[in-house]
Amino acid sequence: MSESRFLPNFEPIAPFSRLTDSGILDSGESPMSDDAVIEALRYMMLTRVFDDKATSMQRQGRFGTFSSVRGQEASVVGAATALDPTKDWIVPQYREFPALIRHGYPIENFALYFMGNPKGGTIPSNVNMLPMQISLAAQIPQATGLAWGLKMQGGDGVVITFFGDGASSEGDFHESLNLAGIMKAPVIFFLQNNGWAISTPRENQTAARSFAERAIGYGVEGVMVDGNDLLAVHEVTTQAVAKARAGGGPTLIESVTYRTGAHNTADDPTRYIDQQELEKWQQKDPVERVKNYLRSRGIWNENLEQELLDSCAAQIDAAMESARNTPLATSDALFNHVYAEPPQRMLDQKRDWAIRNGDAQ
Amino acid sequence: MIEAIRECLGQEMEADNRVVVIGEDVGVLGGVFRATDGLQARFGKDRVVDMPLAEGVIVGSGIGLAMSGLRPVIELQFLGFGHQAFHQIGQQVARLRYRSQGRHSLPLVIRSPFGGGVRTPELHSDAFEAFYTHTPGLKVVAPATAYDAKGLLAAAMESDDPVLYLEPLKGYRLTKDEVPDERYTVPLGKLRVARAGADVTLIAWSAAVNVAERAAEELSEQGISVEVLDLRSLNPLDIDGVSESVAKTGRVAILHEAPLTGGFGGELVATIQQECFYSLEAPIIRISAPDTPYPLGGVEDLYIPDVDRVVAEVAALAKASA
Repeated sequence: MSESRFLPNFEPIAPFSRLTDSGILDSGESPMSDDAVIEALRYMMLTRVFDDKATSMQRQGRFGTFSSVRGQEASVVGAATALDPTKDWIVPQYREFPALIRHGYPIENFALYFMGNPKGGTIPSNVNMLPMQISLAAQIPQATGLAWGLKMQGGDGVVITFFGDGASSEGDFHESLNLAGIMKAPVIFFLQNNGWAISTPRENQTAARSFAERAIGYGVEGVMVDGNDLLAVHEVTTQAVAKARAGGGPTLIESVTYRTGAHNTADDPTRYIDQQELEKWQQKDPVERVKNYLRSRGIWNENLEQELLDSCAAQIDAAMESARNTPLATSDALFNHVYAEPPQRMLDQKRDWAIRNGDAQ
Repeated sequence: MIEAIRECLGQEMEADNRVVVIGEDVGVLGGVFRATDGLQARFGKDRVVDMPLAEGVIVGSGIGLAMSGLRPVIELQFLGFGHQAFHQIGQQVARLRYRSQGRHSLPLVIRSPFGGGVRTPELHSDAFEAFYTHTPGLKVVAPATAYDAKGLLAAAMESDDPVLYLEPLKGYRLTKDEVPDERYTVPLGKLRVARAGADVTLIAWSAAVNVAERAAEELSEQGISVEVLDLRSLNPLDIDGVSESVAKTGRVAILHEAPLTGGFGGELVATIQQECFYSLEAPIIRISAPDTPYPLGGVEDLYIPDVDRVVAEVAALAKASA
């Protein structure tokens, strides 16, 4: 008689990494050229500059509530740089600024969106992305269907969707991994485990030892990566993209990182964050780690750093200035793009609103 | 009617290879009501797909399929199960065009049977149309005849707006009328005068149209001439068509299967009193289900308004004065 076998009976996995905390590469070959690392680092620095600028403007009442990427720059940029913007799609949540910018979404639009101007939602016709998603996890089924549809039509585009440890508790996460596994959809589920869903710790989201191992239940491959290690994230995502492009189906990537900032500008993390834990993660700062790596390669110096910082600041300032000078929309903005063929009743309302607001011709 | 729906799906799939049908049991079985019978054999498993049993991802992935360039038709097995997809329909389907400022359009049709009268198990039969008419960005149609079922479905599939296409559970096999073989469309947003009359305007949609017509027939024997309007489309709403009839009759009854409070009838009352106040000769009445949950099948005939009730209430309305 065989013994009954209770799952799981395998060893927990550990995050894959390439860099030490101080930025030294392991013995293998780097998955990224030096130029690619510098380009990625620039996106990470650009994100810091943007986050600082937007936070300061928010404090002055010139910017809306938004979520900074702080602490997760390597996670987002490492994933984004594995994509080909000409054919791959990003289905974002809302904490992926550098991924969207690299894919072609204008910084100005990103800023306008968080300033509350509907024009910010405009996605240029050559940029392969869906709008940012505020309803947690609702984007995951859409990413799955998009990937499945691309595959059905014989394309080789791949879809990546971003979400967090909190969103993985939603039914949409479960339903999507299940469907993606069945359809072998070329989709990458990029789960950023940043430790927190606002104030709710990761332990309250699942009793599973890792998010990556949840993939097993769907017949999907899961992998866990050090999310503060640019090279490791890039390498793992590149592999998942190549597999999806070749018809190998979906991957769940758990990027283990830490939100060293607030959930958003309305949040006060001092009410719940463990200061020691925060300091531990600040020691693994993803930006410093990449700089240290480049120093170890002998290609990083203060001049280069200043040059990059200046160019990032100039780029952000120009975009913010342009966003600030964009007039707030007229009442048309409530009605345009709701329908392809609007009902007469809504058109009547549009006319009434225009008259009331003095927007009428 | 079910044949008309099936024929339309087949013709549209034939004409446009971007059309795919997804849903629960739509493949080999052909749907629990056979609306997709034979389509998988004709068009293959890629275009007629049996989905895992999860309404949220059926609708949510349908959005993604549309984004990829396809024109999905989703079958929700019963509208009663629509709640499990409601976040995708209400927040996502209806708003994608707006949220992307017109970059993405959503040529997607969600077909779903709704309403009662066929002794289904619990939680299958609610008339939940008002949830969806309260969702800007989503069009809602509810044909009552086989002719309209085919033509409205074709129009819905042609539209670049998302359309919720509601099918009368009770009318699937009961409703039989002439349907041309060729493709045609019935425009969204135009009502049909199901029966002309002079004394009272009786407004209904979907399965209730049949009840209204039978009541009108009985009322004509009492000397009351009832004009039956089949709305066909709840959003867009044919306000001009309604006003034209009310201007003629001055008396209005609205018939629906849904509970009274918050039902679409309330929207019609408000609209009619606004548009036709001076034509009205009596208060507008609503004939609906009570404000209670849809019951088990054994007592559903007590719940859904029937011909006798409509006859009695409309006869009283015909005599009432303001």
